[in-house]
Amino acid sequence: MRGGERMANPILVFCEQRAGRLKRVGLEALGQACRLSKTSSGDVVALVIGSLAGSFTQELADHGASRILLADDPALTHYSPELLTTIVADIARRLEPLAIVMGATAMGKDLAPKLAARLASALLQDCVALEMEADGSLVATRPIYGGKLRAVVKAKKPIMQVVTLRPSVFSPLKRKPTADVFVERLTVSCEATRPMARVRETRQTVEGKKELTEATTIVSGGRGLKGPGNFKLIEELAAALGAAVGASRAVVDEGWRPHSDQVGLTGKTVSPQLYVACGISGAIQHLAGMSSARTIVAINNNPNAPIFKLATYGIVGDLFEVVPLLTEEVKKLKAG
Amino acid sequence: MKLIVCIKQVPATESKLVLTRNGTDIERAGLNFVMNPYDEFAVEEALRIKERLGAEDVTALSLRPHAAQKPEEALRTCLAMGADKAILLSDPAFEGGDSYTTALVLAAALRCLPFDLLLFGKQAVDDDGGAVGIQVAELLGLPHVAVVNKLEVDTQSRCIVAHRQIEGGVEVVEAPLPSLITCQKGLNEPRYPSLPGIMKAKQKPLEIWNRDRIGLEPTAIGVAGAKVNVVRLESPPARPAGRIISGDAVAAVQELVRLLHEEAKVI
Ligand SMILES: Cc1cc2nc3c(=O)[nH]c(=O)nc-3n(C[C@H](O)[C@H](O)[C@H](O)COP(=O)(O)OP(=O)(O)OC[C@H]3O[C@@H](n4cnc5c(N)ncnc54)[C@H](O)[C@@H]3O)c2cc1C
Ligand SMILES: Nc1ncnc2c1ncn2[C@@H]1O[C@H](COP(=O)(O)O)[C@@H](O)[C@H]1O
Repeated sequence: MRGGERMANPILVFCEQRAGRLKRVGLEALGQACRLSKTSSGDVVALVIGSLAGSFTQELADHGASRILLADDPALTHYSPELLTTIVADIARRLEPLAIVMGATAMGKDLAPKLAARLASALLQDCVALEMEADGSLVATRPIYGGKLRAVVKAKKPIMQVVTLRPSVFSPLKRKPTADVFVERLTVSCEATRPMARVRETRQTVEGKKELTEATTIVSGGRGLKGPGNFKLIEELAAALGAAVGASRAVVDEGWRPHSDQVGLTGKTVSPQLYVACGISGAIQHLAGMSSARTIVAINNNPNAPIFKLATYGIVGDLFEVVPLLTEEVKKLKAG
Repeated sequence: MKLIVCIKQVPATESKLVLTRNGTDIERAGLNFVMNPYDEFAVEEALRIKERLGAEDVTALSLRPHAAQKPEEALRTCLAMGADKAILLSDPAFEGGDSYTTALVLAAALRCLPFDLLLFGKQAVDDDGGAVGIQVAELLGLPHVAVVNKLEVDTQSRCIVAHRQIEGGVEVVEAPLPSLITCQKGLNEPRYPSLPGIMKAKQKPLEIWNRDRIGLEPTAIGVAGAKVNVVRLESPPARPAGRIISGDAVAAVQELVRLLHEEAKVI
């Protein structure tokens, strides 16, 4: 099947890269595509677009891509919804994939709806579970109403379903060294045929800061911290755990933390392995952003705080006492 | 400058939700419906642009997604905040669709209206789709900037410069008018309707448009046109019962670290 003659419809995986680095969620999507391709028995085609520094092909092949498409052009240095939609739609018309899968990242959540509208196809956003029926139609589970419910949805037509996957929910395949993989370098047109938005610059606001939506461990602070200066307790615990720092809306509204730290309904949705909530009551709108975390720890001095209903482990106590002790204990373990 | 804001009416976020008997929808009776929180940022931003630039008018547009909902209430809120005019898209043929059919109907209505800038919420907090604004832009052939938390409008060069949130940073995006943005928290602080505003809103026009008015085939929209079907709604998987670790702080912390290491295996 190498080289292009077509058998069953493939699954196309858009593997996002920024500044020469592949996003992990792209590998997670590849893993899901490989699993689904056992039903569809088509190829798993990985697609990388950008001004491509570095080589991604080995990493993609080792994670399950049976074919790799690269669209490399200096005009694609910054994300462009219009150019990427045109490129992916052209590929989709050529390959007729059953599904186009990508991560529900800032880029994926922007590209997927536009692509689905251009292809007049089904859109399955922010999925946390995915199955394929015998006819190729996908049955997806996606959180709705801020995670209070889940919708199990199904595309009406089993063709070119556009899917985004919530980051950190699925695991990539174990890396398996793969020698023989078909790589195709695409020639793409970067001429805009209609008026379009252009990214002037991409600013990394905080150098070296861990991104919440990609973190496997998160330590969050709430109003219980009493003031912005006390967030250093949270930062120290986060440093000991190698975690990202999050916040409740209450402290963002107070101006103690930037909005980019906010977890919840009007902030970010996160799915870490471990979420430590310190001095956070656990309002439904906060839970909307973090209830899919694997393990939840709550530290709160009010035994009736709703966060304890969700927590895997809870300590009822004064965070000003408990958090520094926890930091020390974690350091001891790591020094171990 | 003419501005149009698309708003959706959704259950208040603290609502307790109950499923219908067939399990594919929620019971709407007795629920408190409000304007989607992200759409409040969109309305506020439109009003600020109007106040700053002396724009001509701000129109609020909403599609009734379900017969049991009254988006006219959310539209009245927009008028009370300061919007000049409201349009409700209401027709049994519009109901029960997905993001794509919603975008089709909104786009068809928007083709009948003059505008320079369209403002949407980043996401409706009921279906959490985050798609309709972007899809309307695509259907109308407009540039879009999504998840905007800062906006400048330059009427002279007829363009916008918007900041959009991405992982660990922002993208600074420029787009020519007419264009479309979707609004994120941080863009502004929405105002509350004032009492005089509420009084004035009663005199302002609220038009109702049906399918004939915008001329769409019934098979393309609503339930018939949807690309996606709801199989069922369900509760998220129950979390295993949690454990409160008691004892003095030192002992509790030691036990917690042991559990995180040995049982949960997350550190
Ligand atoms: C439309 C809408 C959207 C929203 N979106 C979000 C969102 O995205 N994210 C979000 O977080 N919220 C959101 N909210 C707000 C939410 O309802 C809560 O107000 C907010 O989450 C409360 O933050 P908090 O837990 O830090 O503060 P509080 O509710 O005030 O809780 C502080 C907690 O700290 C504890 N505490 C105090 N002192 C100590 C101490 N010394 N040691 C230990 N514990 C202590 C208290 O017992 C209390 O439980 C939204 C609300 C609305 C209406
Ligand atoms: N029925 C509707 N009427 C008007 N605007 C809508 C409707 N549904 C969605 N929108 C707009 O599209 C945005 C995103 O919605 P969604 O894609 O459903 O998350 C909302 O914040 C609104 O601005």
